[in-house]
Amino acid sequence: MPADPQPTGAHAASSTPTATSTGTAPAGRAAPARLAQAALRDLPWEVGVAKPDPALVVDGVTRTFGGLTAVSVDHLEIQRGGITGLIGPNGAGKTTLFNLLTGFDQPNTGTWTFDGKSLGRLSPHQVARLGVVRTFQLTKALSRLTVLQNMLLGAQGQAGESFLKALVPGTWRSQERANTEKAMDLLQRFKLDAKKDEFAGVLSGGQRKLLEMARALMSDPKVVMLDEPMAGVNPALTQSLLGHVKDLREEGMTVVFVEHDMDVVRDISDWVVVMAAGKVIAEGPPESISQNKDVVDAYLGAHHDAPLTNEEEDRVLAEAEAAIAREEGVPGGSGRAETITSDGTEKR
Amino acid sequence: MNEFLDALSLGVRSMFAYQAVFFALLAMGLNLHFGYTGLLNFGQIAFAMVGGFGIAISVTQWGLPFFVGVLIGLVAAVVLALLLGLPTLRLRADYLAIVTIAAAEALRLLFRSVSSTPVTGGTQGISAFNTGFLDLSPWSPAGRYDILGTRWSGVELWTVTVGWTLVVLGSLLIFALMRSPWGRVLKAIREDEDAARALGKNVYSYKMQSLVLGGVFGALGGMVYALGTGSVQPDQYQNANTFLAYGALILGGAARVLGPVVGAMLLWFIIAFSDSGLSALIGNGVSFFGLFQLDDVFDATDVAFARFIIIGIGIMLLMIFRPQGIFGDRREVLLDAR
Repeated sequence: MPADPQPTGAHAASSTPTATSTGTAPAGRAAPARLAQAALRDLPWEVGVAKPDPALVVDGVTRTFGGLTAVSVDHLEIQRGGITGLIGPNGAGKTTLFNLLTGFDQPNTGTWTFDGKSLGRLSPHQVARLGVVRTFQLTKALSRLTVLQNMLLGAQGQAGESFLKALVPGTWRSQERANTEKAMDLLQRFKLDAKKDEFAGVLSGGQRKLLEMARALMSDPKVVMLDEPMAGVNPALTQSLLGHVKDLREEGMTVVFVEHDMDVVRDISDWVVVMAAGKVIAEGPPESISQNKDVVDAYLGAHHDAPLTNEEEDRVLAEAEAAIAREEGVPGGSGRAETITSDGTEKR
Repeated sequence: MNEFLDALSLGVRSMFAYQAVFFALLAMGLNLHFGYTGLLNFGQIAFAMVGGFGIAISVTQWGLPFFVGVLIGLVAAVVLALLLGLPTLRLRADYLAIVTIAAAEALRLLFRSVSSTPVTGGTQGISAFNTGFLDLSPWSPAGRYDILGTRWSGVELWTVTVGWTLVVLGSLLIFALMRSPWGRVLKAIREDEDAARALGKNVYSYKMQSLVLGGVFGALGGMVYALGTGSVQPDQYQNANTFLAYGALILGGAARVLGPVVGAMLLWFIIAFSDSGLSALIGNGVSFFGLFQLDDVFDATDVAFARFIIIGIGIMLLMIFRPQGIFGDRREVLLDAR
């Protein structure tokens, strides 16, 4: 529903039950939006499980930087038309996996396909032309281009982008007009239309995130890969961005996104993939993740979901006090402690 | 007062002389590279040199007609751009800078070396290759012509006419290109290559197109210069000219169609005006506000250096008070600071 004037409000309202109910799949949701969720409901919650209709399939992909294995994924399938959340602690290899899938980096081994076409050894622009577009963790607004120019760049197959045709405006004028109309529609949807002639560099951080997403949509993508779309965005704008991400699903796009905010992940994903130390350690519907012991161990930690019990709290406190006492017990310890800087080197 | 007016008229004359055309064309190429695409080409003079020598060698050594020589010069520039770009354009911007600055110096040394003397004429260079060009001139090459109080030879007048025609046509070409989606992609690459890649643009190919086109402008500049002086010597093509052309570009304003043209004219005005102005001051024994005689500190040979000091100061002042150059958009420059 591209013409929905208030997507944010509608979704913010409809998403409240999901956010509050944990553990059970929300049954009474609007039908078209959750096709992927229905398709995924009966799948076992195990790593590498086959999906009914995968858009992206990753097989045996590894990427090492020197001695560090950044990504080592045996098998992963991404359901078409669903929102797949990719979570994991810092350094888990999420962004590296994104880079590999979109051609920005090449793996040491492995194959990965999109709609059955191999994406191996394709350069980033070729991947983008197949319909897999991405955004970046650090937003890449093209500062000294106007908002509208940013948008127009996203359009694919422009005749005027070839050198010779560029010199004959007749060959690209009408296409440019159509693209401009489409861009204005999108800008309106993302509430950026008033800024169309401003340099993208003067936009706020949140507006840049919106612009980057809108620009990616100009190419009519099949798969949208969002690298931390909500990072550094205020809560109100987060809600609006969430609404836009859900709209993508309703338009039939496959969305993969990296996110750290568990509430956001639980709210919008149909399926969650958890990475840690380069491996996929768990996958399943969002409500399955918080129950998964591997995830709790690797990522969420005891303090994240389950509050400490009184006994545990006492024990942690006692341990901390003991440690402090030990340090102070070292002969001359308190005097020396002040001369030792945080990185452990001694000041003279 | 008379001497001041003379200096002024000499300054205005050199705004339109072939040296100004030379720098305008060099800077237009750099504008494409640096201003629009963000490529750091520090060896633009190499393109000028292959352009100039392309004509000279084809005409004198191979006995080809003048226009075939022009074509050969342009092809040589394209080949040079491809050679420089193929290995470096996939890498970070710095690598192109390193390779171009090295190539410009290496090519000059190669052209002036003893072993290439049979082809390039070594340090003597080549002359007498421009008869095919002068035959087309409507003015007699030996004649003297007065225009608005300035005096031009027939050769100069013809070179300047052709040169400024090239500048105008080139500016129109760049204007048309930069309004098109093609130009938009170039600017996107300048802002962020990875973003352009993620939007399905073949960044490598666009950078190469920009490098080749800018190189062709450099070659045209070199040809105008060679025709203006009537000879080519490798040492005319010192790489300092590349940086003077950058100076012209920054004076006029980068990423503006007329920036490099106006910048080159202004650069030559300052050079010629300060040259004759300073010489006159020294010759008349003027004192510096009664503190000291100018000719005590300065002699005629210092003037050649002093004018570049003046240009340096000029560019510094410009960077402080008008960092966008004369034509630039201040908003764009302020964005850079973020």
